[in-house]
Amino acid sequence: METKNIVLVGVGGQGTILAAKLLTSGLMAAGYDVKMSEIHGMSQRGGSVSSLVRYGDDVQSPVIEIGSADIVVAFEKMEGLRSMEYLKPSGKMIVNDTEIFPLSVIIGATTYPENILDEIKSKVNLRVMAATKMAEDLGNPKVMNVILLGSIIKSMGLTDIDWEAIIAENVKPQFKELNVKALKAGMDAV
Amino acid sequence: MKLLLTGNEAIARGAWEAGVKFATAYPGTPSTEILENVATYPEIVSEWAPNEKVALEAAAGAAIGGVRSLCAMKHVGVNVATDPLFTLAYLGVNAGAVLVTADEPGMHSSQNEQDNRNYARHAKVCMFEPSDSQEAKDMIKEAYAVSEAYDMPVLFRMTTRVCHSKSIVSCSDREEVADKPYEKDIRKYCPLPAFARGMQVKLADNFARLEDYSNTTPFNYIEDNGAEIGIIGSGVAYRYAKEVFGNSVSYLKIGFSYPLPMAKIAEFAKGKKTLYIFEENDPIMEKEIKAAGIACVGKEKLPAMGELTPDRIRQALLDETPEVINPNPEMVLPRPPALCAGCPHRGVFYELGRRKDLMIFSDIGCYSLGLMPPYNATDAMICMGASISGGHGVQKAFDIKGDHSKKVVSILGDSTFFHSGITSLMDVTYNQSNTLTIILDNRITGMTGHQQNPGTGFDLSGNAAPIIDIEAMVKACGIKNLISVDPNNLKIVAEAIEWGLNVEGPAVIITRWPCVLKKFSAQDNEEFPTAFKMVATVNVDTCIGCKKCLKSGCPALAFDRANKKSGILKETCVGCGVCAQICPKQAIAVEVR
Repeated sequence: METKNIVLVGVGGQGTILAAKLLTSGLMAAGYDVKMSEIHGMSQRGGSVSSLVRYGDDVQSPVIEIGSADIVVAFEKMEGLRSMEYLKPSGKMIVNDTEIFPLSVIIGATTYPENILDEIKSKVNLRVMAATKMAEDLGNPKVMNVILLGSIIKSMGLTDIDWEAIIAENVKPQFKELNVKALKAGMDAV
Repeated sequence: MKLLLTGNEAIARGAWEAGVKFATAYPGTPSTEILENVATYPEIVSEWAPNEKVALEAAAGAAIGGVRSLCAMKHVGVNVATDPLFTLAYLGVNAGAVLVTADEPGMHSSQNEQDNRNYARHAKVCMFEPSDSQEAKDMIKEAYAVSEAYDMPVLFRMTTRVCHSKSIVSCSDREEVADKPYEKDIRKYCPLPAFARGMQVKLADNFARLEDYSNTTPFNYIEDNGAEIGIIGSGVAYRYAKEVFGNSVSYLKIGFSYPLPMAKIAEFAKGKKTLYIFEENDPIMEKEIKAAGIACVGKEKLPAMGELTPDRIRQALLDETPEVINPNPEMVLPRPPALCAGCPHRGVFYELGRRKDLMIFSDIGCYSLGLMPPYNATDAMICMGASISGGHGVQKAFDIKGDHSKKVVSILGDSTFFHSGITSLMDVTYNQSNTLTIILDNRITGMTGHQQNPGTGFDLSGNAAPIIDIEAMVKACGIKNLISVDPNNLKIVAEAIEWGLNVEGPAVIITRWPCVLKKFSAQDNEEFPTAFKMVATVNVDTCIGCKKCLKSGCPALAFDRANKKSGILKETCVGCGVCAQICPKQAIAVEVR
């Protein structure tokens, strides 16, 4: 099979790295060759973070080239806008309807644009997710990342993998049920 | 057993499988996780060293003492460790020793893009270069065999993409390697000139033998696809080449990259119409291959700076540009890293940024962000510890010129002070400088992800360790003017800076407040009982919308443009109170969360 490319982007602290870890663990368990690349030098200090996940029969490069991602999942709107360039023309974009202000907005030097989703929608196949709100409804805003993971799994046709087992291996027992619920909610939403 | 591992995790695994018993490092992106993972194996004694020179000397000592040792650092860390490296090459080892250098093509988190393959040539040590996690694990094991067979330390070049990419690794069990006896041998271990001359000859002989190894090792292999085009590639650049060209070209994959397998390269070159050299950063293989009289194409076509990613290869060699959907560039706001909400550096940079009479020499750590708006505080940075010694030089230049318009402030963190600030501070005292040094003690090594250091009371494995007292160290360096302050109290910080600038002779201010991301110890809980347990709120009736609080640059603040009032994100704020002290109308209250 041709190598598939998944880009996860967000802001440091949003849980993109854990989502990518669960995703790659599942892909490996399903027998794919997997590579994942992350740039997270100063991610804890609120910078942009990205995880690039590739899977197939024989994956060489750990990075995803611009214009080649099958799916880009943005945990935050501005990061979605920034990462559009990764998407191939037939690709799909999922954006979490959440705003995190960069410092230039906080200090009043710039304003956060209001029509980001319209801009993305005018150029690519976009699915907007209210994952932050959905996570709050499930009782823990932190599972937003697993909800978005669910949307990736569904969109990429990976639902046959035993994700419950993958979650059980990677999260603390007391959070397993919540994360499984979050994953299902994400799958059902796309 | 197959595991999905980062390159750094694979090195740790490989070291464990190779029977390594001692490992040491100073943290630095992208190398930090190597030692953090090594430390999870109880069979390996693992340590954070105060700096890279110390780390390499300790690893060299352990190898001389008879156990296999590992040392890891980022590329610029090797600069610090070159003194022992160059002479260790002469001494050789007893048990095997491997030095991992994590280079940064693309400069994701570094101040330069130096190519440490040059050090293999310069220091006369051999080198491995893995291209993914499986190779990282396998080559580390082989590196110990080579180190012992050829009696030399091995330099092991990782790059950010290999360090931080995950791929599937077949793992095996630990091989218990017999310890080597230690025997006194001054001709081997004491490089007096008379002995060092002999060591030099032995080293040259070993290199001659290593050329044979390089030509025969399975880590340098040919993939013959019967093509007229040949690619010689090392590290992740080989993977990128395969991504772009697949089986349409033939490859010579270089895994053992110094000395190069010149006989194998000549054999591979035979009958090739064009030979391309794929290497990230400097044209090192290219120059050596050209010098051997073999025609090849390298940096005249391929980029010599940054990563050699597939898109750049396509553009350079195939003139292909991908079809890319770009957003309206005016809408895309950059998102640089920022000091966290509750960061103890905030108050200091807020006060420093307000003054126009300072030349601020900063250092390597989170406080490098002090150069960004809204603080705009920093003037210069070079490398670890340079804030104090570089600042000393600037102050001397100002004094020589009789320019009193600005005074020098040197600023660095606790771990950087231990790393190489202490000797610099001695320079300030000894040479009667007049600078103000601010040591931001946040009780941890912050930027690299919270590693213990000699001041924190814990070792790499989390066990209690003796604490090196910064205040006592500063006094021992001859500093008479010293105060310790709470960095969240702006009035005290401002007064301390004013005092430090006007007092006779050099002065040091130590701020002591933990990093907001630090996992608190029992001692931290006792010393900082209120830290990060507070929250600030804006009284919208009192707020006049003057935006002065925004000058704190805190990511917990959000200005409501509709109502023209400041607001605070409750889930982000930890109640450090800096914004409340800036507010001219006392409209911000801090209370227990």
